[in-house]
Amino acid sequence: MSIELKNVTKKFGEVTAVNDVSFSVNEGELMALLGPSGGGKTTVLRMIAGLEMPTTGDVFIRGQRVNDLSVQERNIGFVFQNYALFKNMNAFKNIAFGLKIKKWKRPDVEARVMELLKLFDLEGLEKRYPHQLSGGQRQRVAIARALAPKPGVLLLDEPFGAVDAKIRQELREWLVTLHHELNVTTIFVTHDQEEAMEVSNRTVIFSRGNLEQIGTPREVYEQPANEFVARFIGVMNVLELHVRKGVARLNELEFPSHGLPDGERLRIGFRPYSVQISSDDKAYRYRAILRHTYFLGVMLRVELELPSGLLIRARMTKEEYAFQRLADGKDVSFQIRQYRVLAREGEKLAPEVAVTHDVPLTLGEGI
Amino acid sequence: MAGAPSTDTAIIRRRVSRSQSQRGTEEPPLIKWTLIAIALAFSLVFLLLPLVNVFAQAFAKGWQAYWNSLTEPDSWAAIRLTLIVAAIAVPLNVLFGVAAAWAIAKFEFRWKSLLTTLIDLPFSVSPVVAGLMFVLMFGLQGYFGKWLEAHEIKIIFAVPGIVLATVFVTFPFVARELIPVMQAAGSEQEQAALTLGASGWRTFWHVTLPSGKWGLIYGIILCNARAMGEFGAVSVVSGHIIRQTETMPLRVQALYEGGSAVSGAAAFAVASLLALLALITLAIKTFLEWKQARDYSRAQQLAMPTPESDSDTAFLARQNLR
Repeated sequence: MSIELKNVTKKFGEVTAVNDVSFSVNEGELMALLGPSGGGKTTVLRMIAGLEMPTTGDVFIRGQRVNDLSVQERNIGFVFQNYALFKNMNAFKNIAFGLKIKKWKRPDVEARVMELLKLFDLEGLEKRYPHQLSGGQRQRVAIARALAPKPGVLLLDEPFGAVDAKIRQELREWLVTLHHELNVTTIFVTHDQEEAMEVSNRTVIFSRGNLEQIGTPREVYEQPANEFVARFIGVMNVLELHVRKGVARLNELEFPSHGLPDGERLRIGFRPYSVQISSDDKAYRYRAILRHTYFLGVMLRVELELPSGLLIRARMTKEEYAFQRLADGKDVSFQIRQYRVLAREGEKLAPEVAVTHDVPLTLGEGI
Repeated sequence: MAGAPSTDTAIIRRRVSRSQSQRGTEEPPLIKWTLIAIALAFSLVFLLLPLVNVFAQAFAKGWQAYWNSLTEPDSWAAIRLTLIVAAIAVPLNVLFGVAAAWAIAKFEFRWKSLLTTLIDLPFSVSPVVAGLMFVLMFGLQGYFGKWLEAHEIKIIFAVPGIVLATVFVTFPFVARELIPVMQAAGSEQEQAALTLGASGWRTFWHVTLPSGKWGLIYGIILCNARAMGEFGAVSVVSGHIIRQTETMPLRVQALYEGGSAVSGAAAFAVASLLALLALITLAIKTFLEWKQARDYSRAQQLAMPTPESDSDTAFLARQNLR
């Protein structure tokens, strides 16, 4: 076990930034700390680094309690959001800084910096100052600088936050490749759920200082622990249902009451891919008009408008869309194949209750 | 340079938008030119003419007379004393200024705003009052007067008093220039140095100080100009002893009050040195401001997402090939 947090709480004055958080990161893992801004994820990263001290609780690095160790003694590499390159030093000196502190011999420093420059494709740029480098080059210098003294852990704060959207996607893949090659335990902070899903082995999800869920990308997507996670990871249709005559309803949509008596409320959610659409308006149970189509590449997102005016988001492949001869304004029928009960009476459900409910296929026309 | 084309277009875009926005709000040309004329005329009469006059008067009797009046023993002693006082006062205030700026820019503590206000005190106190304060403290009738006399230490009407008065008056310059620069630089670079294992001391010398380099030099230049030019405070504590406690500004006054044509020209000769110092200070100050503005805009660029250059795309293409 490389890093472990035990009941860590951090307060800034009256504000609790991190509230009783415990989790561990395995050796060689690539871990994402995900959450909306103000969620406490950066504070957690900074506490691991030693840039912040926990108010209560313990931080362990490789089994050693590091609460009382200073930043310098923790042997971590930290990449800041805006890279924080030393602007009065060129790329070479930036990367060499940590090695000189550790009193490496001059030829060793040179060899190590050259090795990193090569690995990060920065050869020929060693004499450039930060302002003479592009955003991507700066980021690479920052990561090279953090990795130069061979830290036990690499910590990155919003590594792609300051990079152009166009190149971000490709940098993610590069980070995965880099991690694969170096195999150093890596933790990065992001507010972008797609980024966390794509890059990390496991993701820790924070909201308002609380740890909401920890799991592999697949786990948090398919088995969200609660409504926050369900809504934060990916797109979800959320419906507030009223139980009447033993059936939970919203306008024309009907779901099982899950044992609730009449008059109670029930919140359910379903992913856009759980909506099955047919251009045959009698194929499935519900009818709708295809209001709008969003092209997202291979996948399409369509917006369905029910006769009552309710809007539902669905997702399908381009091929299926073409095969069904769908188009904006067309009458369609649909069914919801899978949904999750999110909450009853506005209460958060215990995770074990929030299981996926399958709806039997092809309910046919009418009730 | 990799990022250059995109940066250039950004600047052009900013210029275009500025000229467009001005079109709508611009004043009629008459007002514009009247204002410019008033400002120019004022600075011509009150700033440029007197300055030219100083040099004209100084050289009125020719180069030889100019040189003689500077190298004449009394004036030469004044020039030397001024240099000595500046050489002591400026480093002291650099030391204090750096410490104060570091404390204020990088740390949070209870009496921070009080310290900030105290640093400005010498700006708001009349130099004559400042001089009097030292006389009241260290003069014969002052609090420490008896003790100092008993130990044969002379402060008032001696060089130490002049140094003290100068240090007091030039106290704010370095700190005031350095604080905003160090605050703008933020503490991320320092934190980065810490994560790389650097000690606080090392971080200060290799990261903090270089990032405030131009502010520091700027502060030193201003501090030096004031240290050499200070009259009021120094006048009170000096005692005007020729060849002993007479600095350049005091020497200028003494010569001018001498009344003769020769001493008048000599006064202007010494004054021309101070005027020259002012001009050099101004030139360096302008250069440093330009440099600071450039560094600042670079720092801004560093903090902003940049459009990626071709080299990034090429880098990624190569990565994908591996």
